[in-house]
Amino acid sequence: MAGVALDEAGCPSGLAPPAESGPRADPAAFVRRDAQGRDTLELMVQGAKCAGCIRKIEGGLLAMPGVTDARLNLSTGRLSVAWTPGAVRAGDISTMLERLGYGAAAFDPEAAKQQTDEEGRRLLRYLAVAGFAAMNIMMFSVPVWAGDGEMGEGTRALLHWVSALIAIPASLYAAQPFFRSAWRALRVGHANMDVPISLAVVLTLGVSVVETLQQGAHAYFDGITMLLFFLLIGRYLDHRLRERARTAARDLLALQAVTASRIAADGHVASVSARDIDIGDRLQLAAGERAPVDGVIESGVSELDCSMLTGETLPQAVRAGAVIHAGAINLTQRIVMRATARVEDSSVADLARLIEAGEQGRARFVRLADRAAALYVPVVHSLAALTFLGWAFGPALLRLLGFEAADVGVRVALMNAVAVLIITCPCALGLAVPAVQVVATGRLFKRGVLVKSGDALERLAEVDVAVFDKTGTLTLGRPRLTTLADVATLQAAARLARISRHPLSRALVEATGAGESARSAREVPGEGVEAEIDGETWRLGRRAFAAPMAAESSDGAPELWFGRPGAAPVRFAFADALRADAAETVAALKRRGIAVELISGDRPVAVEAAAEAAGIAVWAGGVAPGDKVARLNTLRAQGKKPLMIGDGLNDAAALAAAHASASPGTALEASQAAADLVIQGAGLLALVEAIDVAKAAKARALENLRFSALYNVIAAPMAAAGLLTPLIAALAMSGSSLTVTLNALRLQLEARSWTS
Amino acid sequence: MDIMIFLIPVAVLMGAAGLGAFFWSLRSGQYEDLQGAANRILIDDEDD
Repeated sequence: MAGVALDEAGCPSGLAPPAESGPRADPAAFVRRDAQGRDTLELMVQGAKCAGCIRKIEGGLLAMPGVTDARLNLSTGRLSVAWTPGAVRAGDISTMLERLGYGAAAFDPEAAKQQTDEEGRRLLRYLAVAGFAAMNIMMFSVPVWAGDGEMGEGTRALLHWVSALIAIPASLYAAQPFFRSAWRALRVGHANMDVPISLAVVLTLGVSVVETLQQGAHAYFDGITMLLFFLLIGRYLDHRLRERARTAARDLLALQAVTASRIAADGHVASVSARDIDIGDRLQLAAGERAPVDGVIESGVSELDCSMLTGETLPQAVRAGAVIHAGAINLTQRIVMRATARVEDSSVADLARLIEAGEQGRARFVRLADRAAALYVPVVHSLAALTFLGWAFGPALLRLLGFEAADVGVRVALMNAVAVLIITCPCALGLAVPAVQVVATGRLFKRGVLVKSGDALERLAEVDVAVFDKTGTLTLGRPRLTTLADVATLQAAARLARISRHPLSRALVEATGAGESARSAREVPGEGVEAEIDGETWRLGRRAFAAPMAAESSDGAPELWFGRPGAAPVRFAFADALRADAAETVAALKRRGIAVELISGDRPVAVEAAAEAAGIAVWAGGVAPGDKVARLNTLRAQGKKPLMIGDGLNDAAALAAAHASASPGTALEASQAAADLVIQGAGLLALVEAIDVAKAAKARALENLRFSALYNVIAAPMAAAGLLTPLIAALAMSGSSLTVTLNALRLQLEARSWTS
Repeated sequence: MDIMIFLIPVAVLMGAAGLGAFFWSLRSGQYEDLQGAANRILIDDEDD
């Protein structure tokens, strides 16, 4: 492997920073044996960006003895590794990746299986068939149009017959998604855009076959296949948009993949997938690990960080017998817990039900395209019916009134009615909205904002109140040191703090920087850290533990006391720091006429401080999850369209109940699943950009719909008057589709100016 | 115009061949990793 810089960590092109090493879940639980008797593992790799990365990762892994296959998919970041059983351990693979400078997390094989995009492939096949048919038939249609008047009737009939032989099977095959969707809608008594499409396909094919049989001049085989081709492009774009967001969201969740250390009856500890945990299983939870299921603590004394569950930033001291909820992070010491629920029944699952209830409310939202269809379908169908009646009975009526008029026959009447259906077939309408949404979400995706669906973007454009959660959303969810202490004292205290995982200790270390830790230091769970230094006992922790003589302070902020014999006790106060751009984001939202509120489960004192710092006037503290939902419902009842931004489990129900919702990339699984948007990265400003893009996208989509309507207003009367020919139909259809697509691309140009 | 008897089937068959090629490429997973394919070309083979 000459030329591969294995010693340098991370992407050799410098496109992504090397991953930080840290505690990682053991992937052993996700190894599967494949058909050829090899052990296989699917991993999600972070930070792979270029050819050098492929080479480094695949080369590095293949160089390991026993590894027979390593393949990295650069588009999705998925890495499949296969090895001879027993040659390497699964842990070695992730250790190797870490050494190369890439973060890696194992995929649950069951979750990975769900990822093959069958629907997308099927749509591509329909698209290919429609494209093939459209091109070939056009080849026969051009001579018919060009040779108008010169071509013999026999030749024209031959070309029509060949066209029919291609168009009939191809259209019936490629129109399946429209037929299915139309049938689903009709069965429940609705009409969607696919009803006129299906009707047009069937009628056009029928009329064209009749026309061909009678050696007529007007067969629309070219038009119908081209129509299907354009419509399928829109359908495929729409699908890809949803699929990409879904996959990206799933990948994020896979990175949070939970494994647990289960203690067997013989005391042996094995890594298992959270899904395999049974009620009564004994699990070992090391410091820094998250509880995978609900349970009861059997032994050990520690502190739990429940900020994701309740919004409360201060850890909670626990001992044997205490209840521990799934999602709580064990902070100080190893504990052993007994599972009292399976993953799907853990506290997360209760919230899942709340989320479902919220989403039902949102299902009432009608997408822009469907609203257009509701207007469009009756108008077009009545126009077609009127055309038929007019041509069939018009002449007789005129004669009754004393005018000269000759009957044109049912055939001409039917032909003209079908022409109306064809020309108004919502080709541009079908592309109008998806094309815009694909461009918009593509731009946002590059900025680290995942949009879950197209209608999420439509809903986001309408919001007029933004409701923020505090902990982990407006703030970083991590305490920051606020006391100004002298460097020597800080350094001394940090020597004790470095051995602890307590959030306040971590914050103290963060403020101090790198340095040595006291070798004799030990953690007293629920109290603090104690160390023997130069024959003296130093203590860092709760007031009662480290400085029992000191006076209690009144501000209620999280605090650490540092006590040394012969020195006055020092108090370190902390606050949960706002995200760097929180105030800027709030100001930007207000400038856009969006009211801002703060609702948190944390103590009112802390919430008030955060609200003031961020510039939010309306706030509430100590709010239970159910009350958050109630607040959102009150806002909705007032006719407002609230946007909820939250990250914790306690926000998940509120996220689902809001008109639109967003959560940061650090949010828990349930919250990300419930949110419309996931914002990756440290900042919140991307949210403002998402709203701007959503508004611009809505404007473009409306323009497109208006254009489609205008085009129909011109074309439909022409068709009703019997002036339509297959040539005009083909030109009008491709012309309008092209215009709509180009207008959507305009959004990309605008988006460029936002990013700069 | 007898030449059409040949030209039409030839044209249709050529189109069908293209469609078949697309289906084959779809099935053999050539659209699974477009970025990777673009980048792999830059990797030098040093098998000797």
